[in-house]
Amino acid sequence: MSAGAAALAFEDVALRLGGRELLRGVSLALAPGEIVALVGRNGAGKTTLFRVASRILRPERGEVRIAGRALGSLSRRELARELAVVPQDVGIPFPFLAGEIVLMGRAPHQGGLGFESADDLARARAAMEAVGIADLASRDVTALSGGERQLVLVARALAQDPRVLLLDEPTAHLDLRHRTVVVEHVRRFVEDGRSALVVSHDLNLAARSCDRIALLAEGRLLACGKPAEVLDAASLRATFGIEADVLPGPDGAPLVVPRRATPG
Amino acid sequence: MRNLTPARLAAWLAVFVALLAAAVLVGVAAGPSGLAPGAVLEALRGESAASAAHDIVFGVRLPRVALGALVGAALASAGALFQALLRNPLADPFVLGVSGGAAVGGIAALSFGAALGLGYGAVPPAAFAGALLTTFALQAVAGVAGRVSPTHLLLTGVVFNAFASAAIVFLASLAGLQEGARIFVWLIGSLSSARPELIASVALFLVAGLACALPAARQLNLLALGEESAQQLGVDVTRLQRLLLLATSLMVGAAVSVAGLVGFVGLIIPHLLRLLLGPDHRLLLPTAALGGAAFLVLCDTAARTLFGGRELPVGAITALAGGPLFLLLLRRQQQRAFAP
Repeated sequence: MSAGAAALAFEDVALRLGGRELLRGVSLALAPGEIVALVGRNGAGKTTLFRVASRILRPERGEVRIAGRALGSLSRRELARELAVVPQDVGIPFPFLAGEIVLMGRAPHQGGLGFESADDLARARAAMEAVGIADLASRDVTALSGGERQLVLVARALAQDPRVLLLDEPTAHLDLRHRTVVVEHVRRFVEDGRSALVVSHDLNLAARSCDRIALLAEGRLLACGKPAEVLDAASLRATFGIEADVLPGPDGAPLVVPRRATPG
Repeated sequence: MRNLTPARLAAWLAVFVALLAAAVLVGVAAGPSGLAPGAVLEALRGESAASAAHDIVFGVRLPRVALGALVGAALASAGALFQALLRNPLADPFVLGVSGGAAVGGIAALSFGAALGLGYGAVPPAAFAGALLTTFALQAVAGVAGRVSPTHLLLTGVVFNAFASAAIVFLASLAGLQEGARIFVWLIGSLSSARPELIASVALFLVAGLACALPAARQLNLLALGEESAQQLGVDVTRLQRLLLLATSLMVGAAVSVAGLVGFVGLIIPHLLRLLLGPDHRLLLPTAALGGAAFLVLCDTAARTLFGGRELPVGAITALAGGPLFLLLLRRQQQRAFAP
């Protein structure tokens, strides 16, 4: 796959912050229609990679491209129409309604006056229906549970209508049903040639629902490939510092059962 | 789904303009020599130019009501902006010590300006500078890597306020301004010695501040999601923060140079409006300006009239109302922070 065809491409991205090397030359490309899981220990550089992709942090070396265009050549608003991020649970200080939060996803598409169009409302409604929270539209978001708020943020990112969706542990606070709903919806989202990069600590969910898994450790990409190809005892030891059994799952996806942490 | 339409915005603006008009009418009519609303309207229309009512309305009451309205509008808008900027509904220019910083600037200009040949006109720019410096200091002290912890923010505000009070008294003593009443006015906040000649410059500060802030109202909504999320939705957060620092400092400088340290207006009004209208800043900011103006005009009218001839400082009234509300909000934030 050439870099021009990739929906999102990190090319040898390196970044140091406060003397710590957070990323040490990461190259990773998402093809259109693909879901890639990004896994690794806390502090491995997953969230940093997201920050670089959304231009919160500027890499010291390397380049990020979206559909072939260098990140630096896009304005913030243009970038926001191409790429949306579902953050980990954020505290929202004011009693916005869930529907208002989802509508905020339309901001990069709105004109100067800032009133929502009928199209904005329809897209926000569709996004909420897609993740099954249409009934939360008129609820105060500060009074929702962590999981419900997570779904609101997913719906907000869908309403943003981006080419690439980055999800930072989107299923962390979700019950099993909502987890499955989000995974199913991300799959539907990429069906028309869009792409998603998902940070997850749930290896089995990632193995089952993603096309490829990228293993990140200490700012380096150790491996990236089909779940069955990259998940084995050696790669899990190197990535997570655990001894684990990798069993063949019922549908071909590997099943990871951690046994113990490796010493040190 | 609730969303802001031009019609909804226009309807609420009309309501608040009417509210302000009513407050102004009350403020002009009420006083030691009470005027009937009819007489006030007549005087305002200029139909009785030679009457006593005309003199009272234009010479005494209208300037004071106008200054009160400007101060209230500035403080309530600045409060709403600080709350959005710091993502904390407890933020208020008085609580944060920004008003105190503005007062230090104002007193400094008053104390030493005369030696430089400056009149009272130097006070608003100096108060603006004081507010701007304090806001920068506040961010530098309470913020770490862009994150501001509410506890640190409030503690910093407490210290800034104590420091500002000391500096105000110190500067005023140095300059021989220590006749009790005048310093007292700066410290507690009052409109009793407000100067009508400030109306134009203070109105200019307020309009400039609102002109910075109102077009950014939708971006302020996005800021509620956090700085990173706002950036990921296309907002240039650094630019927005600078713009808001400028806007709030203009407003606080204007309010403080007229009325000294009137507290809690920036807390009370946005809080009540969020309960009534929701937190959308496109609606909250303009209604806060109008509602804050009406609120302070009414508070000042009460301050002038409640005890007959003896006047209360209006800052005492807003503090009596705002203090308990602040504690209530603090308690609620605490409960939320420890909620499962």
